[in-house]
Amino acid sequence: MALARAFADPVHDAQQTFRAVMNALARPGTLQPVAGLTGAPAPLSPVAAAVAVALADYETPLWLDGRLAAAPDVAAWLAFHTGARIGAAPSQAAFALVADAGILPDLAGFAQGTDVYPDRSTTLIVQVAELGPIASAAMRVRLAGPGISGHATLAVSCLPADIADRLAANHALFPRGVDLVLAGPEGVAALPRTTRVTLVEA
Amino acid sequence: MTVHQTASGYNFAYLDEQTKRMIRRAILKAIAIPGYQVPFASREMPMPYGWGTGGVQVTAAILGSGDRLKVIDQGADDTTNAVSIRKFFEKTSGVETTTHTADATIIQTRHRIPEKTLTADQVLVYQVPIPEPLRFLEPRETETRVMHALEDYGLMHVKLYEDIATHGHIATTYAYPVKVEDRYVMDPSPTPKFDNPKMNDCAALQLFGAGREKRIYALPPHTKVVSLDFEDHPFEPTKFDHACALCGATHTYLDEVITDDAGGRMFVCSDTDHCEERRAEGHRGELLGEAPAAIAGAAE
Repeated sequence: MALARAFADPVHDAQQTFRAVMNALARPGTLQPVAGLTGAPAPLSPVAAAVAVALADYETPLWLDGRLAAAPDVAAWLAFHTGARIGAAPSQAAFALVADAGILPDLAGFAQGTDVYPDRSTTLIVQVAELGPIASAAMRVRLAGPGISGHATLAVSCLPADIADRLAANHALFPRGVDLVLAGPEGVAALPRTTRVTLVEA
Repeated sequence: MTVHQTASGYNFAYLDEQTKRMIRRAILKAIAIPGYQVPFASREMPMPYGWGTGGVQVTAAILGSGDRLKVIDQGADDTTNAVSIRKFFEKTSGVETTTHTADATIIQTRHRIPEKTLTADQVLVYQVPIPEPLRFLEPRETETRVMHALEDYGLMHVKLYEDIATHGHIATTYAYPVKVEDRYVMDPSPTPKFDNPKMNDCAALQLFGAGREKRIYALPPHTKVVSLDFEDHPFEPTKFDHACALCGATHTYLDEVITDDAGGRMFVCSDTDHCEERRAEGHRGELLGEAPAAIAGAAE
């Protein structure tokens, strides 16, 4: 019996997934394609699984939201493929995986970094059902800040209605604050702490 | 392009996967906090500190098999540092390399920014010797960290003011400090100040790696980068009184080259690719006719 694999080609698949996340953070609001890991156990999405496997290891404590933590297969799969410590307190987590974006926990509960070391903050990987330039998505947000020439628009589903206010509070902490990587079905888009987010009225 | 035989026994692009993940995580935080220096666990590389170990580690962490890599030492593709780093990646990753700015997806540099405007499809990786702009004003890392946290940059303005008091103008010509998005003061690496304006609102992602000092920092595309100055002493990029002796360019950064022991000298483009391209387009500098065939022939 063959050993279970995450990436078929661990070196190059991890590089391509990282590059997509890097481009997403460098250009907030753009959708960067990621080939998902179809072997990931539900409710962990294939794209979120690929991002986690590409970036997490024994140095990065992971926090799982209620829905992911309720599925024992998810923690076992992540522990096997990344070696990361699962179930860290949110304030200690390097990465937080969120399957239930609608009840996104208080962002202030995650590691915010310090004024001297603002990089020591949590990166949230948030699963969403729709992402990108999709007209039917429940929510459209307008983005501005570093990485964006003028402004950008992103269509996204599943996020709570007050997300713009919560991200504004996160942005106000700069240089401290968390960064969000949104994992859609086909790829990722990111909302780093530098991005100013406003809701576009439908 | 040539396909290179890669050395066996090494992982793709030399670094092991755990090291790459550590560097990649630092790069992501650097992008999220433009101009802030993220500490990272810099590895010993098969080249000495000062030869670009920071840039090499950043390039190795982002490089993929589909990339085309260009490496420049100042503006040149053909000097020792550029050639050896290019060969290092040919040997350890097998990626395509190029000297043409427009063809490259990743450009590693010490420390110039190419004359050709960079695009959104490119990443510029800087090799950085001393990432801390306040280091020569305050030697203690604990203090400079707090100064950045408190946005306490008065000392830097005093330094620039002392330049004016002593020389009548701001005499810093390279590693000229910049302020990023109105927050962090950043060392642009010892880039000639001629190139500082190209950092502002650049379409390409810019990544900075300091191996010995173990720091990574970044400028996302379209980030506001302002060279520090005073209202009555505004920042001025270097200007040249000469045109390039080989291609006649008047808008590029020039190197002064001594040509004999009798005071003879010439000024030529530091960006060799840009200069070759201009010569290929038929631009001729005043000394091109006297140049050896290897150079003059590039115009054919």
